[in-house]
Amino acid sequence: MNRREMLRTSLTAMSALAMPSVSGRLFAAPATSNRLLVVFLRGGYDAANLLIPISSKYYYETRPNIAVPVPGSEANTALMLNADWGLHPTLRESILPLYANGQAAFIPFAGTDDLSRSHFETQDGIELGQPINQGRNYQSGFLNRLAATLTGKGAISFTDQLPVVMQGSVQVANTALRSVAKPAVDARQSALIAAMYRGTLLDQRVSEGFSIRDEVMRELTNEMDAASRSAISAKGFELEARRIAKLMKDKHNIGFVDVGGWDTHVGQGGATGYLAGRFDELGRGLNGFSQEMGSEWRNTVVVVVSEFGRTFRENGNRGTDHGHGTVYWVLGGGIRGNQIAGEQIKLEQKTLFQNRDYPVLNEYRAVFGGLFARMFGLNDAQIEQIFTGVKSRDLGLI
Amino acid sequence: MVDVLRANFKCKPYIVFLLVSITALGGCVSGSAPQSGSAADPSGNANSTSVLVAVNRISWGVNSSTMQHVAKLGLPQYINEQLSASRALPTAIGQQIAAMSISQQPLINIVQDMEQRRKDADAVKDDDAKKTAQQAYQAEMNRLAREAATRTLLRATYSPNQLQEQMVWFWMNHFSVHQGKSNNRAMIGDFEESAIRPHALGKFRDLLAATVFHPAMIRYLDNEQNAANRINENYAREIMELHTMGVGGGYTQHDVQDLARILTGVGVNLGTVMPTVKKELVPQYLRTGLFEFNPNRHDYGNKIFLGEALTGRGLAEVNEAIERLSRHPATARYVSKKLAMFFVSDVPPAELIERMAASFTGTDGDIAATLRTLFNSAEFSASLGKKFKAPLHYVVSAVRLAYDDKPILNAGPMLNWLNRMGQPMFGRQTPDGYPLGEAAWASPGQMTTRFEIAKAIGSGSAGLFKTDGPQPIEKPAFPQLANALYFGQLQQTLSASTRNTLEQAGSAQEWNMLLMSSPEMMYR
Repeated sequence: MNRREMLRTSLTAMSALAMPSVSGRLFAAPATSNRLLVVFLRGGYDAANLLIPISSKYYYETRPNIAVPVPGSEANTALMLNADWGLHPTLRESILPLYANGQAAFIPFAGTDDLSRSHFETQDGIELGQPINQGRNYQSGFLNRLAATLTGKGAISFTDQLPVVMQGSVQVANTALRSVAKPAVDARQSALIAAMYRGTLLDQRVSEGFSIRDEVMRELTNEMDAASRSAISAKGFELEARRIAKLMKDKHNIGFVDVGGWDTHVGQGGATGYLAGRFDELGRGLNGFSQEMGSEWRNTVVVVVSEFGRTFRENGNRGTDHGHGTVYWVLGGGIRGNQIAGEQIKLEQKTLFQNRDYPVLNEYRAVFGGLFARMFGLNDAQIEQIFTGVKSRDLGLI
Repeated sequence: MVDVLRANFKCKPYIVFLLVSITALGGCVSGSAPQSGSAADPSGNANSTSVLVAVNRISWGVNSSTMQHVAKLGLPQYINEQLSASRALPTAIGQQIAAMSISQQPLINIVQDMEQRRKDADAVKDDDAKKTAQQAYQAEMNRLAREAATRTLLRATYSPNQLQEQMVWFWMNHFSVHQGKSNNRAMIGDFEESAIRPHALGKFRDLLAATVFHPAMIRYLDNEQNAANRINENYAREIMELHTMGVGGGYTQHDVQDLARILTGVGVNLGTVMPTVKKELVPQYLRTGLFEFNPNRHDYGNKIFLGEALTGRGLAEVNEAIERLSRHPATARYVSKKLAMFFVSDVPPAELIERMAASFTGTDGDIAATLRTLFNSAEFSASLGKKFKAPLHYVVSAVRLAYDDKPILNAGPMLNWLNRMGQPMFGRQTPDGYPLGEAAWASPGQMTTRFEIAKAIGSGSAGLFKTDGPQPIEKPAFPQLANALYFGQLQQTLSASTRNTLEQAGSAQEWNMLLMSSPEMMYR
């Protein structure tokens, strides 16, 4: 029995006993040692070309220029995952091995009930995770509410700005890791500055900023030394993702990062081309993250989301327009991967939402609620604090 | 939203009338907000402090020469002057701008020249030579965009029409265009110069129309791909969501689709050849500069837009749609709300928005009139000194304060600081523009970065007075922050804790760095 099988068996046994947090139990670690990284693909990525509905004739009819070919012997064809679904070929080296090892899964028909088809409206809505069609409280994102519910090592956002999802009552640190430089403000000056802010509204943020700056310097010193000796190192999102792992491995249990460049209205390409390049960079990054997490990978879950999917048909410019349902990715060393999870339907013209998009069958708050309950051992009342009025759904991924 | 609004006010709004008598401004009783407006000292300097904080908000930031000018004019007259934007640029700045290639060539020449360079580079046979030619093309594109960004910063920093310059940036952000798309680096300067600037304090309808017909916008939001039976609804959606009515403004998916149909045929022609047009449609063909209306691509069917029929008849449909959008009550409210978010607070009071919207509607969308209502409001006076500076406000206000009217020779360091703080000029990738609220800019990581920039600004001339190129010219310069304005007025606005910390500075450089890092410097 390999480790994954053991994990699954134990999982099954444990779910019967209503024991949360699989890996937590297995490896005798407290629930809060589990780590969550949410990766937000901003712009609404074309999920139908990531997880390709290879059994849908309609997909191939309506995407004459941008469809990814059915799995075949040639290089640029979809990678078969099961009879209905294939993976984009550019992920052959990065995500396919994780999937095969049970460390990756996909949830098609995922998303929100928001119908504005506006990037900004929908991103905000998802990040807030509040009931739809009520007044929005912009000071309360769902990862911040999760952080408030857990008393773990704290949340961190790997972004220049603090995103809506992390706004809230818990002070969350942020630091973008795309480029990192040694600070010019020295320790004494930092202390003087912090003193000026004592008792002001920015007090906590200023001191948190200095403390995360110092932590990044400690964690990344080796890498920076290596880089200065011209060592070959990762680039782009892979470099960023590996750095994120270095920080999360040690101290943080809830992380967030966003990746842009997915709003492909024009010339998005198919098996190759623009979007394939974005998938490639993302896949390498997530694979690099899994490696860098080392032994902590088994306690880590990565969820990749986007505000919406895109139109099922290609548009007049070999691209796609704003759609509705999308595909979420779930990765982790201890998950029950190697599956396409959640409710699904056969994709043909009559099953499209408003005759244009993927429907949403797996509402994101219910999905996240289900994951959180398992990962962190949260009860219904605690999930209610995070996603008010939502019944969480366990998709059997953890 | 209402609850959020209330929660955001940490103290009761003061009823203070800026243009009548002023005793105290702004300050929060809790003592946790920045203190700039609250130093109503017993010596009777409250009035000068209140003028200082008002000018700090109306301009890109106070400096000595502006405050001297306001002292002569009085605040009410200064506001009139700013709303009319009638003063001339300082000669030295005018000369720097006149020397730019974007000032010397019309847009069509610049773009056609760049198009030719691109084609020539692509046609080169030898791989290395081709790479060199393509790199030269990219370098020239970058240079053009940098000229445009430099021009914006020079005007923001030195123009006596400070309000106009703030409005130019506000509208550039409202009608945000990313320079990184297509050849927009060659067009972004003209977008600001010919579409935005002439209307920044004028009629909203004219401003909206100027953006609809500008090639930079048409390209950025994919309308050159929008054609009959090959609809691309990107631009149509953003016009309603971001430029006019706002989400929740009452438009439907059907309105988006029909506006997209109305906009079919609105495009860009970089060449000199007229496309093939059906004979009977030739009279409808229009070419103005790079703008092109191609009737062959237009959907001539009838539409229903915003609840009313709109007869299909060509480009005139676009003008009718612009009229309907500009005069829609949702547009009056949405535009007023954004102006108030920029000039008053992140969550502006609903009553103020209603009064501004009434001015907007009553003057047929006059931007200056709408702003006059804002500046004359009690809500404006009560908000002074409490609006967190976005990076551009921080950088421009710091350079204005440090160097007054001494012209910088290189805006490169300012552009670099903006990049580091996440607000690069013309660099917002998404069409929503940069956020106007504190939440987007005051996170822990951003504060740390800001202190790094404060150190760069405080420590010396920071490259601002050294030209680029093989034989750079450098002028001696040092930030003059401990000046008469500081000791006469600014110092009184600082908290005891800031003053105590400044006393611990070990050098002039460190004193500058600490002042630039102070809480008071973060707000306007």
